[in-house]
Amino acid sequence: MRLAKAAALPLLLIVGAELWFRGPGAGSESLAAPSAAFAAIVEALGDGTLVTATRQTLTAALGGLAIGASAGLVLGFLIGLSKTAIALSTPSVELFRPIPSVALIPLAMLVFGFGYGFEMSIVAFATFWPCLILAQAAASQIEPRLMEVSRVIGLSSTQRLFKIVLPAAMPRIFVALRLAAGFALVVAVTVEIAANPQGLGYMLMIAQQSLRPELMLGSLIWIGLIGWGVNAGLNALQGRLFRHQQVAGGKP
Amino acid sequence: MTLRNPIVFIGSIAVVFAILFLWWLASVTGTVSRAFVPNPFDAWAALVRGFSRGDLLPQTIGTVGRMLQGWLLASLIGVVLGAAIGLSRTARDYLQPTLEFLRPLPASAIIPVAIALMGLSPGMALTVVAFGSLWPTLLGTIHGFAAVEPRLKEVARCLQMSGPAFAWKIGLPNAMPDILAGMRLSMTVALILAIICEMLASQAGLGTAILLAARAFQSSELFAGIALLGAIGLVSNLALRAVEIRALAWQNSH
Repeated sequence: MRLAKAAALPLLLIVGAELWFRGPGAGSESLAAPSAAFAAIVEALGDGTLVTATRQTLTAALGGLAIGASAGLVLGFLIGLSKTAIALSTPSVELFRPIPSVALIPLAMLVFGFGYGFEMSIVAFATFWPCLILAQAAASQIEPRLMEVSRVIGLSSTQRLFKIVLPAAMPRIFVALRLAAGFALVVAVTVEIAANPQGLGYMLMIAQQSLRPELMLGSLIWIGLIGWGVNAGLNALQGRLFRHQQVAGGKP
Repeated sequence: MTLRNPIVFIGSIAVVFAILFLWWLASVTGTVSRAFVPNPFDAWAALVRGFSRGDLLPQTIGTVGRMLQGWLLASLIGVVLGAAIGLSRTARDYLQPTLEFLRPLPASAIIPVAIALMGLSPGMALTVVAFGSLWPTLLGTIHGFAAVEPRLKEVARCLQMSGPAFAWKIGLPNAMPDILAGMRLSMTVALILAIICEMLASQAGLGTAILLAARAFQSSELFAGIALLGAIGLVSNLALRAVEIRALAWQNSH
Protein backbone atom coordinates (compact mmCIF):
# COMPACT_ATOMS: atom_id res chain seq x y z
CA MET A 1 0.00 0.00 0.00
CA ARG A 2 2.78 2.40 0.92
CA LEU A 3 4.60 1.49 -2.24
CA ALA A 4 1.47 2.06 -4.30
CA LYS A 5 1.05 5.52 -2.79
CA ALA A 6 4.71 6.33 -3.35
CA ALA A 7 4.53 5.26 -6.99
CA ALA A 8 1.21 6.99 -7.71
CA LEU A 9 2.57 10.46 -8.43
CA PRO A 10 5.53 9.46 -10.62
CA LEU A 11 3.34 7.06 -12.59
CA LEU A 12 0.66 9.71 -13.08
CA LEU A 13 3.29 12.17 -14.32
CA ILE A 14 4.85 9.65 -16.67
CA VAL A 15 1.52 8.56 -18.16
CA GLY A 16 0.36 12.19 -18.42
CA ALA A 17 3.58 13.26 -20.17
CA GLU A 18 3.42 10.26 -22.50
CA LEU A 19 -0.15 11.08 -23.54
CA TRP A 20 0.69 14.76 -23.99
CA PHE A 21 3.73 14.18 -26.17
CA ARG A 22 1.92 11.60 -28.30
CA GLY A 23 -1.06 13.89 -28.78
CA PRO A 24 -1.00 17.70 -28.72
CA GLY A 25 2.65 18.05 -27.70
CA ALA A 26 4.12 15.90 -30.47
CA GLY A 27 6.86 17.63 -32.43
CA SER A 28 8.15 19.53 -29.38
CA GLU A 29 11.78 20.47 -29.81
CA SER A 30 12.50 21.12 -26.16
CA LEU A 31 10.95 18.13 -24.39
CA ALA A 32 10.10 14.55 -25.30
CA ALA A 33 7.90 11.66 -24.27
CA PRO A 34 9.08 9.42 -21.39
CA SER A 35 9.12 6.38 -23.70
CA ALA A 36 11.47 8.22 -26.08
CA ALA A 37 13.71 9.21 -23.15
CA PHE A 38 13.80 5.59 -22.02
CA ALA A 39 14.64 4.41 -25.54
CA ALA A 40 17.41 7.02 -25.80
CA ILE A 41 18.95 5.84 -22.52
CA VAL A 42 18.81 2.19 -23.61
CA GLU A 43 20.47 3.17 -26.88
CA ALA A 44 23.17 5.20 -25.10
CA LEU A 45 23.78 2.26 -22.78
CA GLY A 46 24.11 0.01 -25.81
CA ASP A 47 26.65 2.09 -27.74
CA GLY A 48 28.76 2.73 -24.64
CA THR A 49 28.54 6.54 -24.52
CA LEU A 50 26.54 6.48 -21.32
CA VAL A 51 28.94 4.06 -19.65
CA THR A 52 31.93 6.21 -20.61
CA ALA A 53 30.26 9.39 -19.39
CA THR A 54 29.23 7.76 -16.13
CA ARG A 55 32.73 6.44 -15.57
CA GLN A 56 34.23 9.88 -16.22
CA THR A 57 31.86 11.59 -13.80
CA LEU A 58 32.31 8.99 -11.08
CA THR A 59 36.11 8.99 -11.48
CA ALA A 60 36.27 12.76 -11.15
CA ALA A 61 33.88 12.78 -8.19
CA LEU A 62 35.71 9.98 -6.43
CA GLY A 63 39.18 11.40 -7.12
CA GLY A 64 38.19 14.85 -5.91
CA LEU A 65 36.49 13.34 -2.88
CA ALA A 66 39.60 11.32 -2.03
CA ILE A 67 41.78 14.45 -2.06
CA GLY A 68 39.34 16.87 -0.43
CA ALA A 69 37.96 14.51 2.19
CA SER A 70 41.28 13.07 3.30
CA ALA A 71 42.82 16.54 3.66
CA GLY A 72 39.72 17.88 5.41
CA LEU A 73 39.29 14.91 7.73
CA VAL A 74 42.93 14.76 8.83
CA LEU A 75 43.26 18.50 9.33
CA GLY A 76 39.87 18.80 11.01
CA PHE A 77 40.61 15.89 13.29
CA LEU A 78 43.95 17.32 14.37
CA ILE A 79 42.42 20.74 14.99
CA GLY A 80 39.52 19.20 16.89
CA LEU A 81 41.81 17.54 19.43
CA SER A 82 42.78 20.88 20.94
CA LYS A 83 40.43 23.64 22.10
CA THR A 84 43.11 26.24 21.42
CA ALA A 85 43.61 24.98 17.87
CA ILE A 86 39.87 25.24 17.26
CA ALA A 87 39.84 28.82 18.50
CA LEU A 88 42.92 29.70 16.47
CA SER A 89 41.59 28.30 13.21
CA THR A 90 37.94 29.36 13.43
CA PRO A 91 38.25 32.86 11.86
CA SER A 92 40.29 31.52 8.93
CA VAL A 93 37.86 28.68 8.31
CA GLU A 94 34.84 30.97 8.52
CA LEU A 95 36.52 33.41 6.16
CA PHE A 96 37.50 30.98 3.39
CA ARG A 97 34.70 28.44 3.67
CA PRO A 98 31.92 30.63 2.18
CA ILE A 99 33.76 30.96 -1.15
CA PRO A 100 31.35 29.19 -3.54
CA SER A 101 33.15 26.23 -5.11
CA VAL A 102 31.90 27.16 -8.58
CA ALA A 103 33.60 30.56 -8.28
CA LEU A 104 36.88 28.64 -8.63
CA ILE A 105 35.85 27.14 -11.99
CA PRO A 106 37.58 29.86 -14.06
CA LEU A 107 40.74 29.66 -11.94
CA ALA A 108 40.93 25.85 -12.07
CA MET A 109 40.28 25.93 -15.81
CA LEU A 110 43.19 28.34 -16.18
CA VAL A 111 45.55 26.21 -14.09
CA PHE A 112 44.62 22.70 -15.21
CA GLY A 113 42.90 23.11 -18.57
CA PHE A 114 40.00 20.82 -19.37
CA GLY A 115 40.04 17.34 -17.92
CA TYR A 116 40.15 15.44 -14.65
CA GLY A 117 42.53 17.80 -12.80
CA PHE A 118 40.18 20.70 -13.34
CA GLU A 119 37.12 18.82 -12.15
CA MET A 120 38.80 17.05 -9.25
CA SER A 121 40.26 20.28 -7.86
CA ILE A 122 36.79 21.86 -7.64
CA VAL A 123 35.32 18.71 -6.08
CA ALA A 124 38.22 18.59 -3.63
CA PHE A 125 37.66 22.21 -2.58
CA ALA A 126 33.93 21.64 -2.17
CA THR A 127 34.30 18.49 -0.07
CA PHE A 128 37.23 19.78 2.00
CA TRP A 129 35.16 22.18 4.13
CA PRO A 130 32.31 19.96 5.31
CA CYS A 131 34.87 17.24 6.13
CA LEU A 132 37.03 19.71 8.05
CA ILE A 133 34.09 21.02 10.09
CA LEU A 134 32.57 17.62 10.83
CA ALA A 135 35.88 15.93 11.68
CA GLN A 136 36.67 18.81 14.01
CA ALA A 137 33.31 18.31 15.73
CA ALA A 138 33.87 14.55 15.85
CA ALA A 139 37.24 14.93 17.56
CA SER A 140 36.17 17.64 19.99
CA GLN A 141 32.94 15.99 21.09
CA ILE A 142 34.31 12.72 22.33
CA GLU A 143 32.67 11.60 25.54
CA PRO A 144 34.87 13.10 28.33
CA ARG A 145 34.49 9.97 30.45
CA LEU A 146 36.29 7.97 27.75
CA MET A 147 39.24 10.32 28.04
CA GLU A 148 39.17 9.99 31.82
CA VAL A 149 39.20 6.23 31.51
CA SER A 150 42.18 6.36 29.17
CA ARG A 151 44.02 8.54 31.69
CA VAL A 152 43.19 6.23 34.58
CA ILE A 153 44.45 3.13 32.79
CA GLY A 154 47.56 5.05 31.80
CA LEU A 155 47.43 4.93 28.00
CA SER A 156 50.10 6.80 26.10
CA SER A 157 48.85 9.50 23.75
CA THR A 158 49.41 7.31 20.68
CA GLN A 159 47.50 4.47 22.28
CA ARG A 160 44.77 6.89 23.27
CA LEU A 161 44.48 8.13 19.73
CA PHE A 162 44.14 4.69 18.17
CA LYS A 163 42.22 2.92 20.92
CA ILE A 164 39.85 5.62 22.17
CA VAL A 165 39.70 8.76 20.06
CA LEU A 166 39.55 7.34 16.54
CA PRO A 167 37.02 4.57 17.25
CA ALA A 168 34.81 7.00 19.18
CA ALA A 169 34.90 9.54 16.36
CA MET A 170 34.40 6.99 13.57
CA PRO A 171 30.60 7.13 13.20
CA ARG A 172 30.63 10.91 12.86
CA ILE A 173 33.51 10.75 10.41
CA PHE A 174 31.53 8.34 8.31
CA VAL A 175 28.59 10.76 8.31
CA ALA A 176 30.97 13.47 7.09
CA LEU A 177 32.17 11.18 4.33
CA ARG A 178 28.62 10.31 3.30
CA LEU A 179 27.60 13.95 3.04
CA ALA A 180 30.80 14.79 1.17
CA ALA A 181 30.20 11.96 -1.31
CA GLY A 182 26.79 13.44 -2.11
CA PHE A 183 28.38 16.87 -2.61
CA ALA A 184 31.14 15.39 -4.77
CA LEU A 185 28.70 13.98 -7.29
CA VAL A 186 26.65 17.19 -7.43
CA VAL A 187 29.74 19.35 -7.87
CA ALA A 188 31.23 17.05 -10.52
CA VAL A 189 28.07 17.21 -12.62
CA THR A 190 27.86 20.97 -12.08
CA VAL A 191 31.44 21.52 -13.29
CA GLU A 192 30.70 19.39 -16.36
CA ILE A 193 27.59 21.39 -17.13
CA ALA A 194 29.37 24.71 -16.65
CA ALA A 195 32.62 24.05 -18.44
CA ASN A 196 34.33 20.66 -18.49
CA PRO A 197 33.75 18.76 -21.75
CA GLN A 198 33.39 15.24 -20.30
CA GLY A 199 31.04 13.11 -18.25
CA LEU A 200 27.33 13.06 -17.66
CA GLY A 201 26.87 16.82 -17.23
CA TYR A 202 28.47 17.47 -20.60
CA MET A 203 26.38 14.73 -22.19
CA LEU A 204 23.30 16.47 -20.82
CA MET A 205 24.40 19.84 -22.19
CA ILE A 206 25.28 18.45 -25.62
CA ALA A 207 21.97 16.59 -25.86
CA GLN A 208 20.18 19.89 -25.27
CA GLN A 209 22.33 21.82 -27.73
CA SER A 210 21.97 19.24 -30.48
CA LEU A 211 18.17 19.31 -30.02
CA ARG A 212 17.87 15.78 -28.72
CA PRO A 213 15.43 16.34 -25.86
CA GLU A 214 14.82 12.62 -25.43
CA LEU A 215 18.52 12.03 -24.70
CA MET A 216 18.61 15.10 -22.43
CA LEU A 217 15.69 13.88 -20.32
CA GLY A 218 17.05 10.35 -20.36
CA SER A 219 20.45 11.44 -19.03
CA LEU A 220 18.76 13.69 -16.47
CA ILE A 221 16.88 10.69 -15.10
CA TRP A 222 20.07 8.63 -15.25
CA ILE A 223 21.93 11.25 -13.18
CA GLY A 224 19.05 11.21 -10.71
CA LEU A 225 19.25 7.43 -10.44
CA ILE A 226 23.00 7.50 -9.83
CA GLY A 227 22.68 10.19 -7.16
CA TRP A 228 19.91 8.26 -5.50
CA GLY A 229 21.85 5.00 -5.73
CA VAL A 230 25.03 6.44 -4.20
CA ASN A 231 23.00 8.02 -1.41
CA ALA A 232 21.02 4.87 -0.67
CA GLY A 233 24.13 2.69 -0.82
CA LEU A 234 26.02 4.85 1.67
CA ASN A 235 23.01 5.01 3.98
CA ALA A 236 22.79 1.23 3.97
CA LEU A 237 26.54 0.95 4.60
CA GLN A 238 26.29 3.35 7.52
CA GLY A 239 23.43 1.37 9.04
CA ARG A 240 25.44 -1.84 8.70
CA LEU A 241 28.77 -0.51 9.99
CA PHE A 242 27.51 1.47 12.94
CA ARG A 243 24.40 -0.41 13.91
CA HIS A 244 25.31 -0.37 17.58
CA GLN A 245 26.09 3.33 17.74
CA GLN A 246 23.58 6.15 17.68
CA VAL A 247 24.86 9.17 15.85
CA ALA A 248 23.24 12.49 16.58
CA GLY A 249 21.90 14.00 13.40
CA GLY A 250 23.36 11.20 11.35
CA LYS A 251 20.36 8.92 11.05
CA PRO A 252 20.05 7.79 7.48
CA MET B 1 34.51 31.17 22.41
CA THR B 2 37.19 33.24 20.74
CA LEU B 3 36.63 36.01 23.28
CA ARG B 4 37.43 33.64 26.12
CA ASN B 5 41.09 34.40 25.91
CA PRO B 6 42.40 37.62 24.32
CA ILE B 7 45.75 36.07 23.39
CA VAL B 8 44.04 33.23 21.54
CA PHE B 9 41.77 35.74 19.83
CA ILE B 10 44.70 37.80 18.60
CA GLY B 11 46.43 34.58 17.58
CA SER B 12 43.41 33.51 15.53
CA ILE B 13 43.49 36.79 13.62
CA ALA B 14 47.22 36.29 13.15
CA VAL B 15 46.49 32.94 11.51
CA VAL B 16 44.33 34.73 8.91
CA PHE B 17 47.17 37.13 8.19
CA ALA B 18 49.68 34.27 8.10
CA ILE B 19 47.63 32.62 5.35
CA LEU B 20 47.50 35.90 3.41
CA PHE B 21 51.26 36.27 3.97
CA LEU B 22 51.88 32.80 2.53
CA TRP B 23 49.81 33.78 -0.50
CA TRP B 24 51.90 36.93 -0.89
CA LEU B 25 55.12 34.96 -0.44
CA ALA B 26 54.07 32.38 -3.04
CA SER B 27 53.28 35.07 -5.57
CA VAL B 28 56.41 37.21 -5.12
CA THR B 29 58.85 34.31 -5.04
CA GLY B 30 57.24 32.86 -8.15
CA THR B 31 56.38 29.50 -6.54
CA VAL B 32 53.08 29.71 -8.37
CA SER B 33 52.87 31.41 -11.73
CA ARG B 34 51.76 35.04 -11.76
CA ALA B 35 49.42 34.12 -14.58
CA PHE B 36 47.37 32.06 -12.14
CA VAL B 37 47.83 33.62 -8.72
CA PRO B 38 48.36 37.36 -8.36
CA ASN B 39 50.01 39.26 -5.56
CA PRO B 40 47.29 39.90 -2.89
CA PHE B 41 47.95 43.64 -3.16
CA ASP B 42 47.31 43.51 -6.91
CA ALA B 43 44.07 41.65 -6.29
CA TRP B 44 43.06 44.27 -3.74
CA ALA B 45 43.98 47.03 -6.22
CA ALA B 46 41.86 45.30 -8.88
CA LEU B 47 38.95 45.23 -6.44
CA VAL B 48 39.29 48.94 -5.66
CA ARG B 49 39.76 49.77 -9.35
CA GLY B 50 36.70 47.76 -10.31
CA PHE B 51 34.53 49.63 -7.87
CA SER B 52 35.92 53.08 -8.63
CA ARG B 53 35.65 52.52 -12.39
CA GLY B 54 32.11 51.36 -11.73
CA ASP B 55 31.75 47.97 -13.39
CA LEU B 56 32.10 45.75 -10.31
CA LEU B 57 29.18 47.34 -8.46
CA PRO B 58 26.51 46.62 -11.11
CA GLN B 59 27.92 43.11 -11.52
CA THR B 60 27.74 42.50 -7.78
CA ILE B 61 24.20 43.86 -7.71
CA GLY B 62 23.31 41.61 -10.65
CA THR B 63 24.55 38.47 -8.91
CA VAL B 64 23.16 39.36 -5.48
CA GLY B 65 19.82 40.36 -7.03
CA ARG B 66 19.53 37.11 -8.96
CA MET B 67 20.43 35.13 -5.86
CA LEU B 68 18.01 37.00 -3.58
CA GLN B 69 15.06 36.98 -6.00
CA GLY B 70 15.37 33.26 -6.63
CA TRP B 71 15.91 32.56 -2.95
CA LEU B 72 12.90 34.62 -1.82
CA LEU B 73 10.69 32.92 -4.38
CA ALA B 74 12.01 29.51 -3.30
CA SER B 75 11.53 30.34 0.39
CA LEU B 76 7.95 31.47 -0.14
CA ILE B 77 6.98 28.43 -2.19
CA GLY B 78 8.99 26.11 0.04
CA VAL B 79 7.39 27.23 3.30
CA VAL B 80 3.80 27.31 2.00
CA LEU B 81 4.06 24.03 0.11
CA GLY B 82 6.11 22.42 2.86
CA ALA B 83 3.54 23.38 5.50
CA ALA B 84 0.72 21.95 3.40
CA ILE B 85 2.58 18.68 2.81
CA GLY B 86 3.92 18.44 6.35
CA LEU B 87 0.52 18.88 7.97
CA SER B 88 -1.24 16.26 5.89
CA ARG B 89 -0.44 12.61 6.40
CA THR B 90 -2.01 11.76 3.01
CA ALA B 91 0.04 14.35 1.14
CA ARG B 92 3.21 13.05 2.80
CA ASP B 93 2.44 9.46 1.83
CA TYR B 94 1.98 10.39 -1.79
CA LEU B 95 4.63 13.08 -2.25
CA GLN B 96 7.51 12.38 0.11
CA PRO B 97 9.00 9.38 -1.74
CA THR B 98 9.14 11.39 -4.97
CA LEU B 99 10.69 14.35 -3.18
CA GLU B 100 13.26 12.11 -1.52
CA PHE B 101 14.17 10.72 -4.93
CA LEU B 102 14.64 14.23 -6.32
CA ARG B 103 16.70 15.45 -3.36
CA PRO B 104 20.11 14.05 -4.39
CA LEU B 105 19.63 15.24 -7.99
CA PRO B 106 22.16 17.99 -8.73
CA ALA B 107 20.19 21.23 -8.98
CA SER B 108 22.40 22.31 -11.86
CA ALA B 109 21.22 19.32 -13.92
CA ILE B 110 17.95 21.09 -14.64
CA ILE B 111 19.82 23.95 -16.35
CA PRO B 112 19.79 22.27 -19.79
CA VAL B 113 16.06 21.61 -19.45
CA ALA B 114 15.46 25.21 -18.45
CA ILE B 115 17.55 26.42 -21.39
CA ALA B 116 15.58 24.17 -23.75
CA LEU B 117 12.31 25.60 -22.46
CA MET B 118 13.19 29.24 -21.92
CA GLY B 119 16.36 29.97 -23.84
CA LEU B 120 19.34 31.88 -22.43
CA SER B 121 17.16 34.48 -20.73
CA PRO B 122 17.11 36.21 -17.33
CA GLY B 123 13.86 34.33 -16.69
CA MET B 124 15.70 31.04 -17.18
CA ALA B 125 18.33 32.04 -14.62
CA LEU B 126 15.71 33.07 -12.09
CA THR B 127 13.76 29.84 -12.60
CA VAL B 128 16.85 27.70 -12.13
CA VAL B 129 17.93 29.57 -8.99
CA ALA B 130 14.43 29.37 -7.51
CA PHE B 131 13.87 25.73 -8.44
CA GLY B 132 17.29 24.60 -7.26
CA SER B 133 17.18 26.41 -3.94
CA LEU B 134 13.63 25.25 -3.26
CA TRP B 135 14.60 21.80 -1.97
CA PRO B 136 16.40 22.52 1.32
CA THR B 137 13.62 24.85 2.50
CA LEU B 138 10.82 22.61 1.26
CA LEU B 139 12.19 19.43 2.85
CA GLY B 140 13.11 21.27 6.06
CA THR B 141 9.61 22.73 6.34
CA ILE B 142 7.94 19.36 5.70
CA HIS B 143 10.07 17.79 8.39
CA GLY B 144 9.39 20.62 10.84
CA PHE B 145 5.63 20.49 10.40
CA ALA B 146 5.51 16.70 10.42
CA ALA B 147 7.56 16.32 13.60
CA VAL B 148 5.18 18.06 15.99
CA GLU B 149 5.23 16.59 19.50
CA PRO B 150 2.18 14.26 19.78
CA ARG B 151 1.16 15.79 23.12
CA LEU B 152 0.88 19.19 21.45
CA LYS B 153 -1.46 17.65 18.90
CA GLU B 154 -3.55 16.28 21.73
CA VAL B 155 -3.64 19.67 23.42
CA ALA B 156 -4.77 21.25 20.15
CA ARG B 157 -7.53 18.68 19.86
CA CYS B 158 -8.68 19.37 23.41
CA LEU B 159 -8.74 23.09 22.69
CA GLN B 160 -10.68 22.34 19.49
CA MET B 161 -8.22 24.37 17.45
CA SER B 162 -9.04 24.73 13.76
CA GLY B 163 -6.57 23.48 11.15
CA PRO B 164 -5.15 26.91 10.23
CA ALA B 165 -4.88 27.90 13.89
CA PHE B 166 -2.94 24.70 14.59
CA ALA B 167 -0.62 25.37 11.66
CA TRP B 168 0.00 28.95 12.78
CA LYS B 169 0.20 28.58 16.55
CA ILE B 170 1.81 25.16 16.96
CA GLY B 171 3.10 23.96 13.59
CA LEU B 172 4.99 27.07 12.52
CA PRO B 173 6.85 27.75 15.80
CA ASN B 174 7.73 24.07 15.96
CA ALA B 175 9.01 24.05 12.39
CA MET B 176 10.91 27.35 12.68
CA PRO B 177 14.39 25.89 13.36
CA ASP B 178 14.08 23.49 10.43
CA ILE B 179 12.71 26.20 8.14
CA LEU B 180 15.51 28.63 8.96
CA ALA B 181 18.22 25.99 8.63
CA GLY B 182 16.73 25.03 5.27
CA MET B 183 16.62 28.64 4.14
CA ARG B 184 20.28 29.12 5.04
CA LEU B 185 21.26 26.11 2.95
CA SER B 186 18.98 27.37 0.16
CA MET B 187 20.89 30.66 0.12
CA THR B 188 24.17 28.82 -0.50
CA VAL B 189 22.60 26.84 -3.34
CA ALA B 190 21.07 30.03 -4.76
CA LEU B 191 24.47 31.75 -4.93
CA ILE B 192 26.07 28.75 -6.65
CA LEU B 193 23.28 28.49 -9.22
CA ALA B 194 23.28 32.23 -9.85
CA ILE B 195 26.99 32.04 -10.71
CA ILE B 196 26.57 28.99 -12.97
CA CYS B 197 23.61 30.51 -14.82
CA GLU B 198 25.56 33.71 -15.40
CA MET B 199 28.47 31.77 -16.82
CA LEU B 200 26.26 29.76 -19.16
CA ALA B 201 23.81 32.44 -20.21
CA SER B 202 26.21 35.43 -20.16
CA GLN B 203 23.99 37.41 -17.81
CA ALA B 204 25.69 40.51 -16.41
CA GLY B 205 27.15 39.47 -13.07
CA LEU B 206 30.22 38.32 -11.21
CA GLY B 207 30.04 34.79 -12.67
CA THR B 208 30.49 36.19 -16.16
CA ALA B 209 33.09 38.68 -14.91
CA ILE B 210 35.41 36.04 -13.44
CA LEU B 211 35.03 33.81 -16.49
CA LEU B 212 36.06 36.67 -18.79
CA ALA B 213 38.90 37.69 -16.45
CA ALA B 214 40.27 34.13 -16.56
CA ARG B 215 40.03 34.00 -20.35
CA ALA B 216 41.99 37.25 -20.56
CA PHE B 217 44.58 35.95 -18.04
CA GLN B 218 43.78 38.85 -15.71
CA SER B 219 44.42 36.97 -12.50
CA SER B 220 44.08 40.09 -10.30
CA GLU B 221 40.56 40.73 -11.59
CA LEU B 222 39.79 37.01 -11.28
CA PHE B 223 40.83 36.91 -7.63
CA ALA B 224 38.98 40.14 -6.90
CA GLY B 225 35.82 38.52 -8.26
CA ILE B 226 36.35 35.30 -6.31
CA ALA B 227 36.94 37.29 -3.12
CA LEU B 228 33.79 39.29 -3.74
CA LEU B 229 31.76 36.11 -4.26
CA GLY B 230 33.22 34.74 -1.04
CA ALA B 231 32.21 37.95 0.73
CA ILE B 232 28.66 37.63 -0.61
CA GLY B 233 28.50 34.07 0.72
CA LEU B 234 29.95 35.14 4.08
CA VAL B 235 27.66 38.13 4.58
CA SER B 236 24.47 36.35 3.54
CA ASN B 237 25.29 33.42 5.81
CA LEU B 238 26.09 35.68 8.77
CA ALA B 239 22.91 37.69 8.23
CA LEU B 240 20.74 34.58 8.18
CA ARG B 241 22.49 33.17 11.22
CA ALA B 242 21.77 36.40 13.09
CA VAL B 243 18.11 36.14 12.11
CA GLU B 244 18.11 32.54 13.26
CA ILE B 245 19.54 33.39 16.69
CA ARG B 246 17.04 36.22 17.12
CA ALA B 247 14.02 34.26 15.90
CA LEU B 248 14.84 31.20 17.96
CA ALA B 249 15.84 33.01 21.16
CA TRP B 250 12.55 32.02 22.79
CA GLN B 251 13.40 28.36 22.41
CA ASN B 252 16.51 28.58 24.52
CA SER B 253 14.88 30.66 27.23
CA HIS B 254 13.01 27.74 28.76
